[in-house]
Amino acid sequence: MTGRLHPGLIAFAVAVYIFLMGPLVIVIGASLSDTTYLTFPPQGLTLRWFERIFEMSAFRRTMITSFQMATLSTLLALLIGIPAAYALNRFRIALPSWLSTLFVLPVLVPEIVLGFSLLRSVQVGAGVPVFWALLIGHTLIVLPYAVRVVSAALASFDFSIEEAAISLGSPPVKTFFTIVLPNVQAGVIAAFILAFITSINDVSVSLFLTGPGISTLPIQILAHVEQFFDPVVASVSVLLMVLTVAVMAVVERTLGLTFLAK
Amino acid sequence: MTAALTLDGLTAHYGTTKVLDDLSLDVEAGELVSLLGASGCGKTTTLRLIAGFLAPTAGRIALGGTDLTRLPAHKRNIGLVFQNYALFPHLSVRENVAFGLKQRGMGGAERRAKADEMLARVGLQDLAARLPGELSGGQRQRVALARALVIEPPLLMFDEPLSNLDAKLRVDMRVEIRQLQRQNGTTSVFVTHDQEEAFSISDRVAIMDAGRIRQLDTPEVLYQRPANAFVARFVGFENLIPLRVAARDGAAVTAEGAGGATVTLDQDVLGPIPDRFVLATRPDGLRIAEDGIPATLGLRTYLGRSYQYRAETPAGAYVASGPLSAPRDMGDRVHLAPWAEQCCILPDEAAA
Repeated sequence: MTGRLHPGLIAFAVAVYIFLMGPLVIVIGASLSDTTYLTFPPQGLTLRWFERIFEMSAFRRTMITSFQMATLSTLLALLIGIPAAYALNRFRIALPSWLSTLFVLPVLVPEIVLGFSLLRSVQVGAGVPVFWALLIGHTLIVLPYAVRVVSAALASFDFSIEEAAISLGSPPVKTFFTIVLPNVQAGVIAAFILAFITSINDVSVSLFLTGPGISTLPIQILAHVEQFFDPVVASVSVLLMVLTVAVMAVVERTLGLTFLAK
Repeated sequence: MTAALTLDGLTAHYGTTKVLDDLSLDVEAGELVSLLGASGCGKTTTLRLIAGFLAPTAGRIALGGTDLTRLPAHKRNIGLVFQNYALFPHLSVRENVAFGLKQRGMGGAERRAKADEMLARVGLQDLAARLPGELSGGQRQRVALARALVIEPPLLMFDEPLSNLDAKLRVDMRVEIRQLQRQNGTTSVFVTHDQEEAFSISDRVAIMDAGRIRQLDTPEVLYQRPANAFVARFVGFENLIPLRVAARDGAAVTAEGAGGATVTLDQDVLGPIPDRFVLATRPDGLRIAEDGIPATLGLRTYLGRSYQYRAETPAGAYVASGPLSAPRDMGDRVHLAPWAEQCCILPDEAAA
């Protein structure tokens, strides 16, 4: 080894970055274009397409729904997923091995199939209102991420630490919150972020479960581009990106800080 | 003396496998008892049962006259020191030590003062603000010890606490643990697979095998007078020679074995000898001599003080020793005689 990077390798790395970042640059550029159609590079600069979003109630409404869905489904998934991951790791020897596979099942089933079956059974079959059916669907698709990521963090957690706390007089439930959870917080934050992004970007399941008056932003974008070709979709996409990053930053800070302050 | 800890007929299962079989043990107040055995002998299971992390399928655990058998682990008030330290990684050294006091509702200032005092006793007062991840193995184990001692538990338990330390530190920590335990007079149970460690630190040692205690005695008695073949082998009596008494003359006993073996033993040194018995010797206790047990020598190894030989006899293969002044060759036909100081008499378990 000479320690010097091969120029080809550098070129490849740059190409990968362009491939990854390119679409984002194009979307941001297109959203600023002063034309009535989508184009890149932008011709003239304007923020009027961002203003347009807020004039169109459909975008406003669906954006709120999307964030509600993402937040609620993520919290629900963590509420179910953290105890599940804990049990799967803590009692690994005593539990049957297929149990951990069970929680990954929703990922293995094609989302189209999941969406359609939820429509048939939950919405039409059981008559669950649109909002709640949508929430069930989203929780189902983000749950595997919550279980898997928290599990990965717990797999490297030494449970004798928990036993040490119990032996010192800390009741088991309290020990879980004061000792176990703070030591897997990185996993919990990662699970939150993954689940949140999965929910807010979901199209396939939402496509089936959205109904009269209630839709999510990706579905609204889809509906919009079917009829119009203006830069509004680009600006909505940029807004979605910015808001998602903002939520991540807030989660990272608050969850991180509350745990550190114990 | 009253028993501080009483285990009465403890039996435990993992699934359908019996891992602890009707185990009874009394540990006296202020005493340190080691549970010694190979992995899977049930020593750690016993400790986990006492701590309350496992429930016995039968039997009773009592500490200072209180029945613990059904009490949840966090109410047992037992100090535990783990093999991998098990410190709380997100709490400072001081907070680690103060954790047990906090659970007992002690106020912040008092807690801090007591934790610092305990840290000073283990020589870590300067590291109180550090996180466990910033300490060496020996320092972490001291913190773990301080954390367990500061709650002044009526019982202290150690689960292979020294296995992760290097050899030199292990000996130092062993002395330190013993001194602290003595000073505090804390009744202690110490689990280990290391015989030297158990013998050097304990008042009494329970040698365990297959979920049972095979012998519970002081290290001296275990080392010199094992009660059965398992314990004898465990403490280094490698040669087990079955013999029967041919003639008795006062304290002198002449015994015979397979292949014309004849040995003379002194009951004043070895204690009473039954008619059928097993003579157990360490390699040092079976020496090349003029008469005794006929043997053919095998491989010779140099041990510094003496030579050690593999020896084939009609009764089986043994390990014997011979002086440096007279090395023997492979294939030499010799006699082996026991040397009483490295021998003991065992009951004939096959006959019993």
